Amino acid sequence: MDYFLELFLGGLTRGSIYALIALGYTMVYGIIELINFAHGEIYMIGAFTALIVAGVLTFWGFNHIAILLLASIIAVIYSAAYGFTVEKVAYKPLRHAPRLSPLISAIGMSIFLQNYVLLAQTSDFLPFPSLIPDFKFLEPYSHLIRPPELVILLTTAVSMLLLTLLIRFTRIGKAMRATAQDRNMAMLVGINVDRIISITFIIGSALAAIGGILIASHIGMINFYIGFIAGIKAFTAAVLGGIGSIPGAVLGGLVLGWTESFATGYVSSDYEDVFAFALLVLILIFRPAGILGRSTIQKV
Amino acid sequence: MMKKHSRKSIATVFISVLFFLLAGFSFYSCGEREKPAEPEKTEKSAAPAPAETAGETIKLGVGGAHSGDLASYGLPSVNAAELVVKEINEKGGILGKKVELLVEDDVCKPEVATNTATKLLSEGVDVVMGHICSGATKSALGIYKDSKIVCMSPSATNPPLTQSGDYPNFFRTIASDDAQAKLEVDYALDVLNLKKIAVLHDKGDYGKGLAEFAKSFIEKSGKGEVALYEGITPGAVDYSAVVQKIKQSGAEAVIFGGYHPEASKIVMQMRKKGMNTTFISDDGVKDDTFIKVAGKYAEGVYATGPKDTSTNPLAIKANEDHIKAYGKEPGAFFLNAYAATQALLNAIEKAGSTDYDAIVNALRTEYVETPLGKIRFDEKGDAIGIGFSMYKVENGVYVEN
Repeated sequence: MDYFLELFLGGLTRGSIYALIALGYTMVYGIIELINFAHGEIYMIGAFTALIVAGVLTFWGFNHIAILLLASIIAVIYSAAYGFTVEKVAYKPLRHAPRLSPLISAIGMSIFLQNYVLLAQTSDFLPFPSLIPDFKFLEPYSHLIRPPELVILLTTAVSMLLLTLLIRFTRIGKAMRATAQDRNMAMLVGINVDRIISITFIIGSALAAIGGILIASHIGMINFYIGFIAGIKAFTAAVLGGIGSIPGAVLGGLVLGWTESFATGYVSSDYEDVFAFALLVLILIFRPAGILGRSTIQKV
Repeated sequence: MMKKHSRKSIATVFISVLFFLLAGFSFYSCGEREKPAEPEKTEKSAAPAPAETAGETIKLGVGGAHSGDLASYGLPSVNAAELVVKEINEKGGILGKKVELLVEDDVCKPEVATNTATKLLSEGVDVVMGHICSGATKSALGIYKDSKIVCMSPSATNPPLTQSGDYPNFFRTIASDDAQAKLEVDYALDVLNLKKIAVLHDKGDYGKGLAEFAKSFIEKSGKGEVALYEGITPGAVDYSAVVQKIKQSGAEAVIFGGYHPEASKIVMQMRKKGMNTTFISDDGVKDDTFIKVAGKYAEGVYATGPKDTSTNPLAIKANEDHIKAYGKEPGAFFLNAYAATQALLNAIEKAGSTDYDAIVNALRTEYVETPLGKIRFDEKGDAIGIGFSMYKVENGVYVEN
């Protein structure tokens, strides 16, 4: 039973990691129907920024909490700026191009950013300090869950909640929904579509940066390539849950995390990805739009 | 303009994109993870062949990749042979004869290597030092074997070359890939006295190969049991499930075949979960990056690596000679090639002739002083006295045990 619980919690953490990144994917997709492959790279840049800032602040002798907060804030702002710029440079000029063009542009952006960090920083793995403090109250349960894992779980839950609230109940959220439904119509009723899209990218990138910091603290190491692998799994999670759906991204992430964890625990880690992707295929066969996705009627 | 997409188009785009990305990923894997020990291919070349046709000489063939993008693995062996031969000829040669070098390029390609071998034979070669790549070496060996020519490689690490018993004429001055696995297993069972061992690998050629050897060595020894044998997914965001499984299996030690990024993640997750299971790995982990990344969690980790010979006076002399003669630091496998040339020429001297059986016998019985230490060869052709040492992380550095 203990073993089951450990696997369950391990899968929950892993799933939350996927979900945290998947939220950004799904948000952008929901608004402009673009799979933003550079999202994983924004996540990686967030982690790098936090590492650099944390290094500088440690050198200046700041305390633990201040480092965590300042590093997070700066990384979030920096990554949001990246997300904003990437959209302006790579996607906006292609707004009216066929659907595949921005997709290719996104993949290009992803490769560009990876190599940029590779050249500007290093190809080596770098140690990432565990910025999250050790909570005393968690010590008795340390074999089950550790502080970074708990923080990841909470952050994912809170992010999902806030995003849902933002989209349901605010003016910006309403404008986002309108843009998602019909961009031309939204423009006609006076919504600044470009601004809404920019805001979407900024929020998505900020989330990716938070994910980057938390996950890097959990794993303890980063390099220029972490965004790609995390991104591909997060993308799978988003599709699994129903791309475009915020709760779907979280659900998809958790389902994927649990599948992998239990497959490793009870079968073999050799088949971890086999199970994960077999599940994806199965779900797409029976629910082509994902678990929580709404299938839309094709307009001709 | 605006089109909503059917379910089908989403699925199609997803799947095509996934394939694209996975393809990219595997390219990455090859590039990043390839062991430099076995280069694959090079271009054609014109190798420097000192054409001394001074009557009676002992002809030493040097085959290997001497040009193109993988020349850096083969050229140091040519330099090593030149240095050794020069020194021996200055002292009057062997058995009263000068040693003549015949250098031939095999471009690291198996199909070219057969031609290289045939050419060396037609030039009347007595012994061959080479080839560099395991594949090329294997294809050349058949030809040398039929003509009863001894061949000694400084760099071909593929285990079956010696262990299959197919090539009694083959010797090498580098340890084969399974030697590490053997050392890891012996160390865990005999030195650390551990019984239950989990064997993990990263599903790559190198890591999985090592893990398979480790598994079979543990099973054959009868002294321990394989508690768990698993392949992990390289680059995964987290290995908590595997770590739980190791804990559940009750393993006292983990033998991991693979590289340091995965090793440091596993070690860190094990230690953070409060497990102090012994972690033993290979030269893919014996890298300072591992210690840098895993930090305090790296303490006490074991890893095998090539024996440190940099303090051997012969090695220091060989390196200095190289710098004097060629104006730069020697490259990969230089010392192995140096030792191979010395061993071959020494065997001819001890054998008193260039007769095949006499040379083979001398190689197996006579010790020779080389930059890699005092070596001779076993029945199968692997060097005794060359190999790997076990290193342990102590206070942030690898210390040879």
